[in-house]
Amino acid sequence: MFRTALIALAVLGVAGARAGEVSVAVAANFAAPMKVIAADFEKDTGHKAVTAFGATGKFYAQIRNGAPFEVLLAADDSTPARLEAEGAAVAGSRFTYAVGRLVLWSAMPGFVDDKGEVLKKGGFRHVSVANPKIAPYGAAAVEALTALKVGDAVQPKFVLAENIAQAYQFAATGNAELGFVALAQVMKDGRIRAGSAWVVPADLHRPIRQDAVILDKGRGKPAAEALLKYLKGDKARAVIKSHGYDL
Amino acid sequence: MMPDASDLGAVWLTLKLATVTTLILMVVGTPIAWWLARTRSWWKGPVGAVVALPIVLPPTVLGFYLLLLMGPNGVVGQFTQWLGIGLLPFTFGGLVVASVFYSLPFVVQPIQNAFEAIGDRPLEVAATLRASRLDAFFTVAVPLSKPGFLTAAVLGFAHTVGEFGVVLMIGGNIPDKTRVVSVQIYDRVEALEYANAHWLAAAMVAFSFMVLLALYTLNPTGKRK
Repeated sequence: MFRTALIALAVLGVAGARAGEVSVAVAANFAAPMKVIAADFEKDTGHKAVTAFGATGKFYAQIRNGAPFEVLLAADDSTPARLEAEGAAVAGSRFTYAVGRLVLWSAMPGFVDDKGEVLKKGGFRHVSVANPKIAPYGAAAVEALTALKVGDAVQPKFVLAENIAQAYQFAATGNAELGFVALAQVMKDGRIRAGSAWVVPADLHRPIRQDAVILDKGRGKPAAEALLKYLKGDKARAVIKSHGYDL
Repeated sequence: MMPDASDLGAVWLTLKLATVTTLILMVVGTPIAWWLARTRSWWKGPVGAVVALPIVLPPTVLGFYLLLLMGPNGVVGQFTQWLGIGLLPFTFGGLVVASVFYSLPFVVQPIQNAFEAIGDRPLEVAATLRASRLDAFFTVAVPLSKPGFLTAAVLGFAHTVGEFGVVLMIGGNIPDKTRVVSVQIYDRVEALEYANAHWLAAAMVAFSFMVLLALYTLNPTGKRK
């Protein structure tokens, strides 16, 4: 018994010496696929990805003020570019790991039709949306409403969430009848999990490019480089697609 | 960057919320404090603990449960819909309800302490002079507890001004309805508008300091005339 434990410890010690840990700041909308990818990543490479989920703007402020993140999976493409321009990220490591899809969603089955006509018809008091000033999915929602020419009618009904996770929470609890959320939040195994939804056509807003970048603290770290390489691989891409992202 | 209309709107809304909340709390909190101070009932412990809960609970817990309770599937939400006033989240009324819960201990406890400090004697004397219980409450207990009421009002007001987590959870960040100063500061920081954030944040520090300074200077504890 004791000897088995010793051997196990020795094996773990050897594995620990080879494999590393990488600390990743992940956009809230990418939480579900990232959990799957992180588990696969550890199984396939031995490296461990330690994840924190949140708003990209907040991560930016934290990274600029010394947060120990080594990789950022942002909800936009401007934050990684900005970090790179400011010298806080490794130049040339940036790439688009997913293109987000916006969806108009309601927790009530049948409330949202498959053409989004509900936006013109009305009959709702609140639409939850991630704050367009700081969240790319929120900005995309405003662009789509403008393109549909219903911006003036719908925007007074906005309730602003601090990120896309809270936008979903407002709609999921029924406090907002409608919510603009990420398709990834309401999709499972290729279909809408619950309620009713309209996937907003991609040509109604600028593409929501989500970029990944290695941060200053991850410079030269094998685990950080391995994670970005893994995200480009077929296995991770399949997971990302199955969660409702374009690539 | 100077504060703009949205900053001033948030300041005005915050003052309105804190004023309404404090007025309600003084009316609701006083009888609770009186009961807690005088009762010998077994219920004193549990009721006192419930009143004190917001001191130890993270605001996110309170906000999360209020969001569920006041939502269309919650008990409170179904009640308010039945009353015809609709759902409370994302409304000023909803923030008032949340703030009353959140600041309750900061109002009840100082008043309760003041009532307890009076002791039985003055009220017994009042009773021998044939003062009714209500009469004795308003002419004896309340005047003797004035410092407690002052502390309660100031702390209730200041604590509501400083509220953040609960408002973030149930407010929905609507200008002039639910976007209070603390949320506005958070937004400014998130949007990297640090100059605007500084204006409001510094004002909050100054305000909070002045309030507490006034409280401790005008109302020194341990020295009662």
